[in-house]
Amino acid sequence: MSDTVISHVTSEPRPVRAALIGFAVLAMALLVGAPLITVFAEALTDGLPVALESLSHPEAVDAIRLTLIVAAVSVPLNAIFGIAAAWTITKFQFKGKALLLTLIDIPFSVSPVVAGLCIVLTFGANSAFGGWLVANGFPVVFALPGIILASMFVTFPFVAREIIPVMIEQGRSEEEAALTLGASGWRVFFTVTLPNIRWALLYGVLLCNARAMGEFGAVAVVSGKIRGLTATMPISIEMLYNEYQSVAAFSMAAVLALLALVTLALKTLLEWRYASQLAANRRH
Amino acid sequence: MQIDIDEISKLFGATAALHPVSLALPSGALVALLGPSGSGKTTLLRILGGLEFPDTGRVLFDGQDATGLTVQERRAGFVFQSYALFRHMTVFENIAYGLRARGRQRPAEAEITRRVTRLLELIQLPDIGKRYPTQLSGGQRQRVALARALAIEPRMLLLDEPFGALDAKVRKELRQGLRDIHDTTGLTTVFVTHDQDEAMELADLVVVMSMGRIEQIGRPQDIRARPASDFVRSFISA
Ligand SMILES: Nc1ncnc2c1ncn2[C@@H]1O[C@H](COP(=O)(O)OP(=O)(O)OP(=O)(O)O)[C@@H](O)[C@H]1O
Ligand SMILES: [Mg+2]
Repeated sequence: MSDTVISHVTSEPRPVRAALIGFAVLAMALLVGAPLITVFAEALTDGLPVALESLSHPEAVDAIRLTLIVAAVSVPLNAIFGIAAAWTITKFQFKGKALLLTLIDIPFSVSPVVAGLCIVLTFGANSAFGGWLVANGFPVVFALPGIILASMFVTFPFVAREIIPVMIEQGRSEEEAALTLGASGWRVFFTVTLPNIRWALLYGVLLCNARAMGEFGAVAVVSGKIRGLTATMPISIEMLYNEYQSVAAFSMAAVLALLALVTLALKTLLEWRYASQLAANRRH
Repeated sequence: MQIDIDEISKLFGATAALHPVSLALPSGALVALLGPSGSGKTTLLRILGGLEFPDTGRVLFDGQDATGLTVQERRAGFVFQSYALFRHMTVFENIAYGLRARGRQRPAEAEITRRVTRLLELIQLPDIGKRYPTQLSGGQRQRVALARALAIEPRMLLLDEPFGALDAKVRKELRQGLRDIHDTTGLTTVFVTHDQDEAMELADLVVVMSMGRIEQIGRPQDIRARPASDFVRSFISA
Protein backbone atom coordinates (compact mmCIF):
# COMPACT_ATOMS: atom_id res chain seq x y z
CA MET A 1 0.00 0.00 0.00
CA SER A 2 2.81 2.41 0.88
CA ASP A 3 4.29 1.88 -2.59
CA THR A 4 1.22 3.16 -4.34
CA VAL A 5 1.02 6.11 -2.00
CA ILE A 6 4.63 7.02 -2.73
CA SER A 7 4.17 6.86 -6.50
CA HIS A 8 1.20 9.17 -6.18
CA VAL A 9 2.86 11.86 -4.15
CA THR A 10 6.22 11.94 -5.92
CA SER A 11 6.31 13.81 -9.17
CA GLU A 12 10.00 13.44 -10.06
CA PRO A 13 10.54 12.35 -13.63
CA ARG A 14 11.88 8.87 -14.19
CA PRO A 15 15.55 9.80 -14.87
CA VAL A 16 15.75 11.81 -11.67
CA ARG A 17 14.36 8.94 -9.71
CA ALA A 18 16.80 6.52 -11.32
CA ALA A 19 19.69 8.84 -10.52
CA LEU A 20 18.63 9.16 -6.88
CA ILE A 21 18.27 5.42 -6.49
CA GLY A 22 21.59 4.89 -8.21
CA PHE A 23 23.26 7.37 -5.88
CA ALA A 24 21.79 5.67 -2.82
CA VAL A 25 22.95 2.26 -3.99
CA LEU A 26 26.42 3.59 -4.75
CA ALA A 27 26.68 5.26 -1.35
CA MET A 28 25.58 2.07 0.39
CA ALA A 29 28.09 0.02 -1.60
CA LEU A 30 30.93 2.40 -0.79
CA LEU A 31 30.10 3.04 2.84
CA VAL A 32 28.79 -0.35 3.96
CA GLY A 33 29.40 -3.02 1.35
CA ALA A 34 33.03 -2.35 0.50
CA PRO A 35 34.33 -2.17 4.10
CA LEU A 36 32.43 -5.34 4.99
CA ILE A 37 33.92 -7.22 2.04
CA THR A 38 37.36 -5.86 2.88
CA VAL A 39 37.08 -7.15 6.43
CA PHE A 40 36.42 -10.68 5.27
CA ALA A 41 38.97 -10.47 2.46
CA GLU A 42 41.70 -9.23 4.82
CA ALA A 43 40.87 -11.90 7.36
CA LEU A 44 41.28 -14.57 4.72
CA THR A 45 44.47 -13.26 3.04
CA ASP A 46 46.50 -16.17 4.40
CA GLY A 47 43.64 -18.62 4.15
CA LEU A 48 40.94 -19.81 6.49
CA PRO A 49 43.18 -22.01 8.69
CA VAL A 50 45.40 -19.05 9.61
CA ALA A 51 42.38 -16.91 10.41
CA LEU A 52 40.91 -19.63 12.63
CA GLU A 53 44.30 -20.18 14.24
CA SER A 54 44.45 -16.50 15.22
CA LEU A 55 40.98 -16.76 16.74
CA SER A 56 41.93 -19.73 18.89
CA HIS A 57 44.75 -17.74 20.50
CA PRO A 58 43.99 -17.54 24.27
CA GLU A 59 43.74 -13.75 24.24
CA ALA A 60 41.32 -13.88 21.32
CA VAL A 61 39.22 -16.47 23.12
CA ASP A 62 39.23 -14.29 26.23
CA ALA A 63 38.11 -11.26 24.22
CA ILE A 64 35.24 -13.18 22.61
CA ARG A 65 34.19 -14.61 25.97
CA LEU A 66 34.31 -11.17 27.61
CA THR A 67 32.18 -9.62 24.89
CA LEU A 68 29.61 -12.40 25.17
CA ILE A 69 29.51 -12.02 28.98
CA VAL A 70 29.06 -8.25 28.70
CA ALA A 71 26.20 -8.70 26.22
CA ALA A 72 24.65 -11.50 28.28
CA VAL A 73 24.54 -9.30 31.38
CA SER A 74 23.80 -5.86 29.96
CA VAL A 75 21.13 -6.83 27.43
CA PRO A 76 18.74 -8.57 29.87
CA LEU A 77 19.26 -5.82 32.46
CA ASN A 78 18.55 -3.16 29.87
CA ALA A 79 15.49 -5.07 28.71
CA ILE A 80 14.18 -5.00 32.29
CA PHE A 81 15.07 -1.31 32.80
CA GLY A 82 13.60 -0.47 29.40
CA ILE A 83 10.33 -2.19 30.22
CA ALA A 84 10.19 -0.51 33.63
CA ALA A 85 10.88 2.93 32.12
CA ALA A 86 8.36 2.45 29.33
CA TRP A 87 5.79 1.21 31.82
CA THR A 88 6.30 4.21 34.09
CA ILE A 89 6.12 6.68 31.23
CA THR A 90 3.07 5.24 29.51
CA LYS A 91 0.90 3.97 32.35
CA PHE A 92 1.19 6.75 34.91
CA GLN A 93 0.56 10.45 34.95
CA PHE A 94 3.24 12.35 36.84
CA LYS A 95 5.26 15.53 36.83
CA GLY A 96 8.64 15.32 35.13
CA LYS A 97 7.55 12.78 32.54
CA ALA A 98 9.07 14.84 29.72
CA LEU A 99 12.30 15.05 31.70
CA LEU A 100 12.40 11.27 32.10
CA LEU A 101 11.86 10.84 28.35
CA THR A 102 14.77 13.18 27.69
CA LEU A 103 16.96 11.33 30.19
CA ILE A 104 16.31 8.07 28.36
CA ASP A 105 17.61 9.66 25.18
CA ILE A 106 20.79 11.08 26.70
CA PRO A 107 22.96 8.11 25.69
CA PHE A 108 22.02 8.83 22.09
CA SER A 109 23.36 12.35 22.28
CA VAL A 110 26.30 12.05 24.67
CA SER A 111 29.57 10.86 23.19
CA PRO A 112 30.39 7.37 24.49
CA VAL A 113 33.87 8.58 25.43
CA VAL A 114 32.36 11.21 27.70
CA ALA A 115 30.12 8.56 29.23
CA GLY A 116 33.17 6.40 29.88
CA LEU A 117 34.99 9.30 31.50
CA CYS A 118 32.01 9.96 33.79
CA ILE A 119 32.15 6.36 34.95
CA VAL A 120 35.89 6.62 35.57
CA LEU A 121 35.44 9.84 37.54
CA THR A 122 32.60 8.41 39.64
CA PHE A 123 33.92 4.92 40.30
CA GLY A 124 37.66 5.31 39.72
CA ALA A 125 40.19 4.84 42.54
CA ASN A 126 40.64 8.62 42.75
CA SER A 127 37.07 9.26 43.86
CA ALA A 128 35.94 8.62 47.41
CA PHE A 129 33.32 6.07 46.39
CA GLY A 130 35.65 4.35 43.92
CA GLY A 131 38.43 4.23 46.50
CA TRP A 132 36.07 2.59 48.96
CA LEU A 133 35.00 0.05 46.32
CA VAL A 134 38.60 -0.84 45.50
CA ALA A 135 39.48 -1.12 49.19
CA ASN A 136 36.61 -3.55 49.62
CA GLY A 137 37.76 -5.72 46.75
CA PHE A 138 35.18 -4.61 44.21
CA PRO A 139 36.93 -2.51 41.61
CA VAL A 140 34.63 -1.13 38.95
CA VAL A 141 36.97 0.77 36.66
CA PHE A 142 39.46 -1.34 34.69
CA ALA A 143 37.31 -4.36 35.52
CA LEU A 144 34.23 -6.19 34.31
CA PRO A 145 31.63 -4.11 36.26
CA GLY A 146 32.86 -0.91 34.60
CA ILE A 147 32.68 -2.45 31.13
CA ILE A 148 29.15 -3.66 31.81
CA LEU A 149 28.14 -0.24 33.17
CA ALA A 150 29.56 1.50 30.11
CA SER A 151 27.82 -0.89 27.72
CA MET A 152 24.56 -0.51 29.57
CA PHE A 153 24.75 3.25 29.47
CA VAL A 154 25.33 3.31 25.76
CA THR A 155 22.57 0.78 24.95
CA PHE A 156 20.01 1.96 27.48
CA PRO A 157 17.58 3.70 25.07
CA PHE A 158 17.18 0.86 22.59
CA VAL A 159 14.58 -1.25 24.38
CA ALA A 160 12.66 1.65 25.93
CA ARG A 161 12.54 3.54 22.63
CA GLU A 162 11.11 0.51 20.82
CA ILE A 163 8.36 -0.29 23.29
CA ILE A 164 7.22 3.17 24.44
CA PRO A 165 5.33 3.96 21.19
CA VAL A 166 3.70 0.52 21.27
CA MET A 167 2.57 0.95 24.85
CA ILE A 168 1.27 4.46 24.19
CA GLU A 169 -0.71 3.28 21.21
CA GLN A 170 -2.22 0.33 23.07
CA GLY A 171 -3.32 2.39 26.05
CA ARG A 172 -4.30 0.97 29.41
CA SER A 173 -7.71 -0.47 28.82
CA GLU A 174 -6.68 -4.11 28.29
CA GLU A 175 -4.73 -4.01 31.54
CA GLU A 176 -7.67 -2.43 33.33
CA ALA A 177 -9.99 -5.08 31.92
CA ALA A 178 -7.70 -7.78 33.28
CA LEU A 179 -7.70 -6.11 36.71
CA THR A 180 -11.50 -5.99 36.82
CA LEU A 181 -11.49 -9.70 36.00
CA GLY A 182 -9.57 -10.31 39.20
CA ALA A 183 -6.00 -10.63 37.93
CA SER A 184 -3.14 -9.44 40.14
CA GLY A 185 -0.70 -6.82 38.88
CA TRP A 186 1.95 -9.42 38.06
CA ARG A 187 -0.53 -11.61 36.28
CA VAL A 188 -1.68 -8.66 34.20
CA PHE A 189 1.92 -7.91 33.30
CA PHE A 190 2.76 -11.42 32.19
CA THR A 191 -0.53 -12.31 30.48
CA VAL A 192 -1.51 -8.99 28.91
CA THR A 193 1.26 -6.36 28.83
CA LEU A 194 4.18 -8.58 27.86
CA PRO A 195 2.42 -10.48 25.05
CA ASN A 196 1.24 -7.17 23.61
CA ILE A 197 4.74 -5.71 23.38
CA ARG A 198 6.59 -8.90 22.54
CA TRP A 199 7.67 -8.05 18.98
CA ALA A 200 8.78 -4.55 19.79
CA LEU A 201 10.64 -5.92 22.81
CA LEU A 202 12.42 -8.57 20.78
CA TYR A 203 13.31 -5.98 18.18
CA GLY A 204 14.71 -3.63 20.83
CA VAL A 205 16.68 -6.46 22.44
CA LEU A 206 18.28 -7.37 19.09
CA LEU A 207 19.36 -3.79 18.44
CA CYS A 208 20.58 -3.46 22.02
CA ASN A 209 22.57 -6.67 21.67
CA ALA A 210 24.21 -5.60 18.41
CA ARG A 211 25.30 -2.34 19.94
CA ALA A 212 26.43 -3.88 23.25
CA MET A 213 28.77 -6.25 21.44
CA GLY A 214 30.16 -3.55 19.19
CA GLU A 215 30.62 -0.68 21.65
CA PHE A 216 34.13 0.76 21.56
CA GLY A 217 34.42 4.33 22.87
CA ALA A 218 32.96 4.05 26.34
CA VAL A 219 34.49 0.64 26.96
CA ALA A 220 37.90 1.83 25.75
CA VAL A 221 37.94 4.48 28.47
CA VAL A 222 36.76 2.34 31.41
CA SER A 223 38.44 -0.95 30.55
CA GLY A 224 42.08 0.11 30.69
CA LYS A 225 42.58 -2.29 27.76
CA ILE A 226 44.20 -5.03 29.81
CA ARG A 227 44.90 -7.84 27.40
CA GLY A 228 43.12 -11.09 28.20
CA LEU A 229 41.34 -9.41 31.10
CA THR A 230 39.36 -6.31 30.10
CA ALA A 231 39.84 -6.29 26.33
CA THR A 232 36.52 -6.89 24.57
CA MET A 233 36.39 -7.82 20.91
CA PRO A 234 36.33 -4.23 19.57
CA ILE A 235 39.20 -3.29 21.90
CA SER A 236 41.31 -6.29 20.88
CA ILE A 237 40.68 -5.52 17.23
CA GLU A 238 42.08 -2.06 17.71
CA MET A 239 45.09 -3.31 19.67
CA LEU A 240 45.90 -6.06 17.18
CA TYR A 241 45.56 -3.65 14.31
CA ASN A 242 47.89 -1.13 15.94
CA GLU A 243 50.44 -3.95 16.33
CA TYR A 244 50.25 -4.73 12.61
CA GLN A 245 48.71 -8.15 13.28
CA SER A 246 46.35 -7.55 10.45
CA VAL A 247 45.11 -11.13 9.92
CA ALA A 248 44.32 -11.52 13.61
CA ALA A 249 42.66 -8.09 13.74
CA PHE A 250 40.53 -8.71 10.70
CA SER A 251 39.61 -12.25 11.73
CA MET A 252 38.24 -10.94 14.98
CA ALA A 253 36.55 -8.10 13.11
CA ALA A 254 34.99 -10.66 10.78
CA VAL A 255 33.57 -12.57 13.75
CA LEU A 256 32.12 -9.35 15.17
CA ALA A 257 30.67 -8.45 11.78
CA LEU A 258 29.20 -11.94 11.50
CA LEU A 259 27.52 -11.55 14.88
CA ALA A 260 26.06 -8.25 13.71
CA LEU A 261 24.94 -9.80 10.43
CA VAL A 262 23.20 -12.62 12.29
CA THR A 263 21.40 -10.00 14.39
CA LEU A 264 20.38 -8.12 11.24
CA ALA A 265 19.18 -11.32 9.60
CA LEU A 266 17.08 -12.13 12.66
CA LYS A 267 15.64 -8.62 12.64
CA THR A 268 14.80 -8.84 8.93
CA LEU A 269 13.25 -12.26 9.44
CA LEU A 270 11.08 -10.84 12.22
CA GLU A 271 10.08 -7.85 10.13
CA TRP A 272 9.15 -10.08 7.24
CA ARG A 273 7.33 -12.66 9.32
CA TYR A 274 5.40 -10.17 11.47
CA ALA A 275 5.23 -7.27 9.06
CA SER A 276 1.66 -6.36 9.83
CA GLN A 277 2.03 -6.41 13.60
CA LEU A 278 5.23 -4.39 13.51
CA ALA A 279 3.72 -1.89 11.12
CA ALA A 280 0.77 -1.44 13.42
CA ASN A 281 3.10 -1.03 16.37
CA ARG A 282 5.84 1.21 15.05
CA ARG A 283 5.55 4.93 14.73
CA HIS A 284 9.10 6.12 14.20
CA MET B 1 -26.87 -5.86 45.03
CA GLN B 2 -27.84 -2.43 46.29
CA ILE B 3 -25.29 0.30 45.48
CA ASP B 4 -25.11 3.58 47.39
CA ILE B 5 -22.97 6.50 46.34
CA ASP B 6 -22.49 8.90 49.21
CA GLU B 7 -21.12 12.40 48.54
CA ILE B 8 -18.51 11.23 46.03
CA SER B 9 -16.27 13.88 44.48
CA LYS B 10 -13.28 13.66 42.16
CA LEU B 11 -10.78 16.21 40.91
CA PHE B 12 -8.42 15.72 38.00
CA GLY B 13 -5.84 18.43 38.52
CA ALA B 14 -7.93 21.58 38.46
CA THR B 15 -11.01 20.11 36.74
CA ALA B 16 -13.76 18.80 38.96
CA ALA B 17 -14.95 15.65 37.18
CA LEU B 18 -17.48 15.07 39.97
CA HIS B 19 -18.82 17.56 42.50
CA PRO B 20 -20.10 15.71 45.52
CA VAL B 21 -22.80 13.42 44.14
CA SER B 22 -25.08 11.01 45.99
CA LEU B 23 -27.14 8.26 44.48
CA ALA B 24 -28.96 5.09 45.56
CA LEU B 25 -29.27 2.25 43.06
CA PRO B 26 -31.76 -0.43 44.11
CA SER B 27 -30.75 -4.08 43.85
CA GLY B 28 -31.42 -5.56 40.42
CA ALA B 29 -32.10 -2.26 38.70
CA LEU B 30 -31.01 -1.43 35.16
CA VAL B 31 -29.65 2.11 35.48
CA ALA B 32 -28.58 4.55 32.77
CA LEU B 33 -26.04 7.32 33.43
CA LEU B 34 -27.10 9.87 30.85
CA GLY B 35 -25.35 13.13 30.02
CA PRO B 36 -23.32 15.06 27.49
CA SER B 37 -19.62 14.55 26.89
CA GLY B 38 -17.46 15.48 29.87
CA SER B 39 -20.31 15.33 32.40
CA GLY B 40 -18.49 12.76 34.56
CA LYS B 41 -20.33 9.57 33.61
CA THR B 42 -17.24 7.50 32.95
CA THR B 43 -15.56 8.82 36.08
CA LEU B 44 -18.50 7.75 38.22
CA LEU B 45 -18.60 4.32 36.60
CA ARG B 46 -14.86 3.82 37.09
CA ILE B 47 -15.17 4.80 40.74
CA LEU B 48 -17.86 2.13 41.15
CA GLY B 49 -15.61 -0.44 39.51
CA GLY B 50 -12.57 0.49 41.60
CA LEU B 51 -10.54 1.75 38.63
CA GLU B 52 -10.55 5.26 40.04
CA PHE B 53 -10.68 6.38 43.65
CA PRO B 54 -12.80 9.30 44.87
CA ASP B 55 -11.29 12.29 46.67
CA THR B 56 -14.15 12.37 49.15
CA GLY B 57 -17.22 10.30 49.90
CA ARG B 58 -18.05 6.61 50.16
CA VAL B 59 -19.32 3.78 48.01
CA LEU B 60 -21.55 1.24 49.76
CA PHE B 61 -22.38 -2.23 48.46
CA ASP B 62 -25.42 -3.69 50.25
CA GLY B 63 -24.84 -1.17 53.02
CA GLN B 64 -21.19 -2.21 53.52
CA ASP B 65 -18.47 0.38 52.96
CA ALA B 66 -16.69 -0.63 49.76
CA THR B 67 -14.71 2.57 49.18
CA GLY B 68 -11.37 0.97 50.03
CA LEU B 69 -11.92 -2.29 48.15
CA THR B 70 -9.44 -2.91 45.35
CA VAL B 71 -10.61 -3.36 41.79
CA GLN B 72 -10.16 -7.13 42.12
CA GLU B 73 -12.15 -7.26 45.35
CA ARG B 74 -15.06 -5.30 43.86
CA ARG B 75 -15.91 -8.15 41.48
CA ALA B 76 -17.62 -5.78 39.08
CA GLY B 77 -18.19 -7.00 35.55
CA PHE B 78 -16.85 -4.09 33.51
CA VAL B 79 -17.44 -3.58 29.78
CA PHE B 80 -15.12 -0.93 28.34
CA GLN B 81 -16.05 1.61 25.73
CA SER B 82 -13.79 0.08 23.08
CA TYR B 83 -14.35 -3.37 24.66
CA ALA B 84 -10.64 -3.84 25.48
CA LEU B 85 -10.64 -7.48 24.42
CA PHE B 86 -7.22 -9.13 24.78
CA ARG B 87 -6.03 -8.95 21.20
CA HIS B 88 -3.56 -11.81 21.41
CA MET B 89 -6.08 -14.29 22.85
CA THR B 90 -8.91 -16.21 21.23
CA VAL B 91 -12.48 -15.43 22.20
CA PHE B 92 -12.48 -18.56 24.34
CA GLU B 93 -9.37 -17.45 26.23
CA ASN B 94 -10.75 -13.94 26.63
CA ILE B 95 -13.84 -15.26 28.33
CA ALA B 96 -11.87 -17.79 30.38
CA TYR B 97 -9.42 -15.12 31.60
CA GLY B 98 -11.24 -14.23 34.79
CA LEU B 99 -11.70 -17.89 35.72
CA ARG B 100 -8.03 -18.68 35.16
CA ALA B 101 -7.01 -15.64 37.21
CA ARG B 102 -8.58 -17.05 40.33
CA GLY B 103 -5.41 -18.71 41.57
CA ARG B 104 -6.13 -21.49 44.00
CA GLN B 105 -9.89 -21.35 43.52
CA ARG B 106 -9.48 -21.72 39.79
CA PRO B 107 -12.01 -24.21 38.38
CA ALA B 108 -10.88 -27.40 36.63
CA GLU B 109 -10.28 -27.17 32.89
CA ALA B 110 -13.46 -29.10 32.08
CA GLU B 111 -15.48 -26.73 34.22
CA ILE B 112 -13.89 -23.70 32.52
CA THR B 113 -14.79 -25.13 29.10
CA ARG B 114 -18.33 -25.81 30.27
CA ARG B 115 -18.80 -22.28 31.58
CA VAL B 116 -17.28 -20.56 28.56
CA THR B 117 -19.46 -22.65 26.25
CA ARG B 118 -22.52 -21.69 28.24
CA LEU B 119 -21.62 -17.99 28.08
CA LEU B 120 -21.05 -18.20 24.31
CA GLU B 121 -24.55 -19.65 24.05
CA LEU B 122 -25.93 -16.90 26.26
CA ILE B 123 -24.59 -14.23 23.90
CA GLN B 124 -25.84 -16.32 20.96
CA LEU B 125 -22.42 -16.75 19.39
CA PRO B 126 -21.73 -20.42 20.10
CA ASP B 127 -19.22 -20.97 17.27
CA ILE B 128 -16.71 -18.15 17.61
CA GLY B 129 -14.56 -19.50 20.47
CA LYS B 130 -11.50 -20.07 18.29
CA ARG B 131 -11.51 -16.65 16.64
CA TYR B 132 -9.40 -13.66 17.55
CA PRO B 133 -10.96 -10.27 18.41
CA THR B 134 -9.83 -8.74 15.09
CA GLN B 135 -11.89 -11.37 13.29
CA LEU B 136 -15.14 -10.20 14.88
CA SER B 137 -17.64 -7.50 13.97
CA GLY B 138 -18.22 -4.62 16.37
CA GLY B 139 -21.45 -6.12 17.67
CA GLN B 140 -19.81 -9.50 18.21
CA ARG B 141 -16.95 -7.87 20.11
CA GLN B 142 -19.38 -6.11 22.38
CA ARG B 143 -21.14 -9.35 23.19
CA VAL B 144 -17.84 -11.15 23.83
CA ALA B 145 -16.84 -8.33 26.19
CA LEU B 146 -20.14 -8.83 27.99
CA ALA B 147 -19.58 -12.59 28.25
CA ARG B 148 -16.05 -12.04 29.56
CA ALA B 149 -17.41 -9.71 32.26
CA LEU B 150 -20.13 -12.20 33.20
CA ALA B 151 -17.67 -15.09 33.49
CA ILE B 152 -16.42 -13.92 36.89
CA GLU B 153 -19.97 -14.14 38.29
CA PRO B 154 -19.86 -10.44 39.06
CA ARG B 155 -21.77 -8.71 41.81
CA MET B 156 -22.80 -5.95 39.39
CA LEU B 157 -22.44 -5.08 35.74
CA LEU B 158 -20.88 -1.77 34.64
CA LEU B 159 -20.89 -0.78 30.98
CA ASP B 160 -19.28 2.32 29.47
CA GLU B 161 -21.10 3.35 26.27
CA PRO B 162 -21.75 -0.29 25.37
CA PHE B 163 -23.42 0.67 22.11
CA GLY B 164 -21.24 3.67 21.29
CA ALA B 165 -19.23 2.19 18.43
CA LEU B 166 -22.08 0.43 16.61
CA ASP B 167 -24.41 1.30 13.78
CA ALA B 168 -28.08 2.05 14.42
CA LYS B 169 -29.50 -1.36 13.48
CA VAL B 170 -27.03 -3.34 15.60
CA ARG B 171 -27.60 -0.93 18.50
CA LYS B 172 -31.29 -1.76 18.55
CA GLU B 173 -30.64 -5.51 18.55
CA LEU B 174 -28.03 -5.31 21.26
CA ARG B 175 -30.19 -3.11 23.48
CA GLN B 176 -32.64 -5.98 23.69
CA GLY B 177 -29.70 -8.34 24.24
CA LEU B 178 -28.56 -6.33 27.26
CA ARG B 179 -32.11 -6.15 28.61
CA ASP B 180 -32.41 -9.95 28.31
CA ILE B 181 -29.10 -10.61 30.00
CA HIS B 182 -30.00 -8.20 32.77
CA ASP B 183 -33.32 -9.93 33.28
CA THR B 184 -31.82 -13.46 33.32
CA THR B 185 -28.94 -12.62 35.67
CA GLY B 186 -30.82 -10.16 37.85
CA LEU B 187 -27.59 -8.18 38.33
CA THR B 188 -27.64 -4.52 39.29
CA THR B 189 -26.53 -3.01 35.99
CA VAL B 190 -25.23 0.51 35.29
CA PHE B 191 -24.57 1.66 31.74
CA VAL B 192 -23.26 4.97 30.47
CA THR B 193 -24.76 6.65 27.43
CA HIS B 194 -25.20 10.06 25.91
CA ASP B 195 -28.12 8.85 23.79
CA GLN B 196 -31.34 9.80 25.56
CA ASP B 197 -33.49 7.37 23.48
CA GLU B 198 -31.29 4.53 24.58
CA ALA B 199 -31.51 5.53 28.23
CA MET B 200 -35.26 6.09 28.15
CA GLU B 201 -36.04 2.89 26.30
CA LEU B 202 -33.78 0.52 28.16
CA ALA B 203 -33.37 1.68 31.74
CA ASP B 204 -35.54 1.28 34.84
CA LEU B 205 -33.85 4.29 36.34
CA VAL B 206 -32.20 7.20 34.54
CA VAL B 207 -29.56 9.44 36.14
CA VAL B 208 -29.14 12.66 34.17
CA MET B 209 -25.72 14.26 34.65
CA SER B 210 -24.20 17.56 33.61
CA MET B 211 -20.80 19.07 34.43
CA GLY B 212 -20.03 16.70 37.27
CA ARG B 213 -23.44 17.08 38.92
CA ILE B 214 -26.57 14.96 38.99
CA GLU B 215 -29.42 16.94 37.48
CA GLN B 216 -32.19 14.43 38.00
CA ILE B 217 -32.80 10.82 39.02
CA GLY B 218 -36.01 9.08 38.07
CA ARG B 219 -37.94 6.58 36.00
CA PRO B 220 -37.90 7.40 32.26
CA GLN B 221 -41.58 8.35 32.18
CA ASP B 222 -41.20 10.65 35.21
CA ILE B 223 -38.20 12.41 33.73
CA ARG B 224 -40.12 12.92 30.48
CA ALA B 225 -43.19 14.17 32.30
CA ARG B 226 -41.45 16.36 34.88
CA PRO B 227 -37.92 17.47 33.90
CA ALA B 228 -36.30 18.95 37.01
CA SER B 229 -34.35 21.67 35.23
CA ASP B 230 -34.01 23.52 31.96
CA PHE B 231 -30.92 21.47 31.24
CA VAL B 232 -32.83 18.18 31.55
CA ARG B 233 -35.70 19.54 29.48
CA SER B 234 -33.45 20.60 26.61
CA PHE B 235 -31.26 17.51 26.83
CA ILE B 236 -34.08 14.96 26.61
CA SER B 237 -35.86 16.83 23.87
CA ALA B 238 -32.69 17.06 21.78
N1 LIG C 1 -7.68 10.73 33.68
C1 LIG C 1 -8.11 12.00 33.59
N2 LIG C 1 -7.26 13.03 33.71
C2 LIG C 1 -7.67 14.30 33.65
N3 LIG C 1 -8.94 14.67 33.45
C3 LIG C 1 -9.85 13.71 33.31
C4 LIG C 1 -9.49 12.32 33.37
N4 LIG C 1 -10.61 11.58 33.20
C5 LIG C 1 -11.62 12.48 33.04
N5 LIG C 1 -11.17 13.75 33.11
C6 LIG C 1 -12.00 14.96 33.00
O1 LIG C 1 -13.11 14.80 33.85
C7 LIG C 1 -14.30 15.26 33.23
C8 LIG C 1 -15.32 14.15 33.19
O2 LIG C 1 -14.85 13.13 32.34
P1 LIG C 1 -15.63 11.80 32.04
O3 LIG C 1 -14.72 10.92 31.22
O4 LIG C 1 -16.13 11.22 33.31
O5 LIG C 1 -16.83 12.30 31.15
P2 LIG C 1 -17.94 11.49 30.36
O6 LIG C 1 -19.24 11.96 30.87
O7 LIG C 1 -17.66 10.04 30.42
O8 LIG C 1 -17.74 12.02 28.88
P3 LIG C 1 -17.82 11.22 27.48
O9 LIG C 1 -19.28 11.12 27.15
O10 LIG C 1 -17.11 12.15 26.54
O11 LIG C 1 -17.15 9.91 27.66
C9 LIG C 1 -13.88 15.77 31.87
O12 LIG C 1 -13.75 17.16 31.96
C10 LIG C 1 -12.56 15.13 31.62
O13 LIG C 1 -11.75 15.95 30.84
MG1 LIG D 1 -17.05 8.57 29.00
